[in-house]
Amino acid sequence: MKDIKFYKLLVFVNSLVPLALLGWDWWRGQLGANPLDFITRMTGTLTLVFLLLTLAVTPLRKLTGLQWLVRLRRLLGLYAFFYGALHLLTYVWFDKAFALADIAQDVTRRWFILVGMLAFFTMLPLAVTSTDRMIKRLGGKRWQKLHRLTYVSALAGVLHYYLLVKSDTTKPLVFAALLAVLLGYRLYASYSKRLKAKPLSLTGQPPPR
Amino acid sequence: MLIKKPDDIKSSEITDRKVYASRRVFMRGAAFAAAFAGSTAATGFLYRRLLAPEIQQPTPSGKAAPGTQAAARQWGLPGEEATPYQDVTSYNNFYEFGTDKYSPARRARALVTRPWTVAVEGLVNRPQVFDVDELTRLFTPEDRVYRFRCVEGWSMVIPWLGFPLAELLKRVEPQGGAQYVAFETANDPEGRNIPQTGALPWPYVEGLRLDEAMHPLTLLASGLYGEPLPAQNGAPLRLVVPWKYGFKSIKSIVRLRLVAQMPPATWNLQAPDEYGFFSNVNPAVPHPRWSQATERRIGEFGRRPTLPFNGYADEVAGLYAGMDLKYYF
Repeated sequence: MKDIKFYKLLVFVNSLVPLALLGWDWWRGQLGANPLDFITRMTGTLTLVFLLLTLAVTPLRKLTGLQWLVRLRRLLGLYAFFYGALHLLTYVWFDKAFALADIAQDVTRRWFILVGMLAFFTMLPLAVTSTDRMIKRLGGKRWQKLHRLTYVSALAGVLHYYLLVKSDTTKPLVFAALLAVLLGYRLYASYSKRLKAKPLSLTGQPPPR
Repeated sequence: MLIKKPDDIKSSEITDRKVYASRRVFMRGAAFAAAFAGSTAATGFLYRRLLAPEIQQPTPSGKAAPGTQAAARQWGLPGEEATPYQDVTSYNNFYEFGTDKYSPARRARALVTRPWTVAVEGLVNRPQVFDVDELTRLFTPEDRVYRFRCVEGWSMVIPWLGFPLAELLKRVEPQGGAQYVAFETANDPEGRNIPQTGALPWPYVEGLRLDEAMHPLTLLASGLYGEPLPAQNGAPLRLVVPWKYGFKSIKSIVRLRLVAQMPPATWNLQAPDEYGFFSNVNPAVPHPRWSQATERRIGEFGRRPTLPFNGYADEVAGLYAGMDLKYYF
């Protein structure tokens, strides 16, 4: 469908629904006894959700043949960065009251915080280079290579989640499984592409077309 | 079939261009609005069901719960407000009923709390099986407002209603060889409807050194804010050891046993490098994965510094004189 602007607007508005509901529940006092903890956890979860959605675009595009899906990818990726920034803000503000020295201490002593920082800050160059002008400046190939950092961010995000749960690892493992599928698909896709590109097979004959 | 020639149609019958164009816009607008309404409703529904299911049920209010403001004024620790009844009874770690904080308030309603017996056995001269109501008749419960600090880093101030464990122990007369008290939670999926998850090995067990158990602060609580304990808070009888992390304050007790060796404790078995037997609140000893230096008091915005022994150092530090608290964590 040629109306890509419509779909972009649809995705834009829907991506704000969780934030709107969070705000609504907060205002109505329906976030439970520890609302700050809930907001911290929810913004973190949403960051992972949007990272996974971003990574799902390419497999979906290839499976459905709907090439225009790729035009939604930047929007989804930026929303991952947006929710990641909110999540970081809840930590810096609610937990640390902007005390940079305390934060530095946490980063050096707590693995899950270090890994979380890694997950967020690998998204930063991706957000900065997300504009059309930046794509032109970097050139398609370099830009693509840089944006493979998405994989690093997603892996670090899942690890961050896994490291902080007390004992019930169900949710982090669900995210890990989904991420494994999305990354596994890419491995498979690049492997089969390389197979097709091989000029000669082991027997010295070209592979059948 | 007669096809009308174009000039058979009167020019006045041709749809006005403006109407034609605006109708199309109207149809598009209606389609867009439907798409937005439908998609946002679906997204909202998905958000609620998949990501935020736990807090969706309205939290149950306690039967005849006292007004929270009045209660806080009546029972607060000097300078520290009692946590509202609604929060105390809707934010609970009770893994038998679910590993999130909100399931216990919903699911623990299934817990059958009468009839209920508490067996006291082991190295005692007068072992006995008490009916739980017998205990509150024998040992007069009193109001005790205690801080409560969870190992996860949140805390509350709770007005418990209970009697000192020491009184029960004196009655059963521990023998000379008794060094520890072992506690056990109900484990009866058929009869009592507890537990309902496989989150930890059941029954939940805990233990105290005998001098910790005999300390005047250690409480067997049967009530909360002057009301009987709600199921999610460990009805009908639970332990409260205010200077230790909350998981030591075992809920829904069915058995106490006096023993000579250090007894097993569930979280200590689950992750021995993270949860020690003593688990005294100590800001200087971090959990391996997070700091214990601060806590979030439920109801407050910022975090507050955690106090050694949860603020009860004067009363209990003597129990651990000479012990390396980083080793015996």
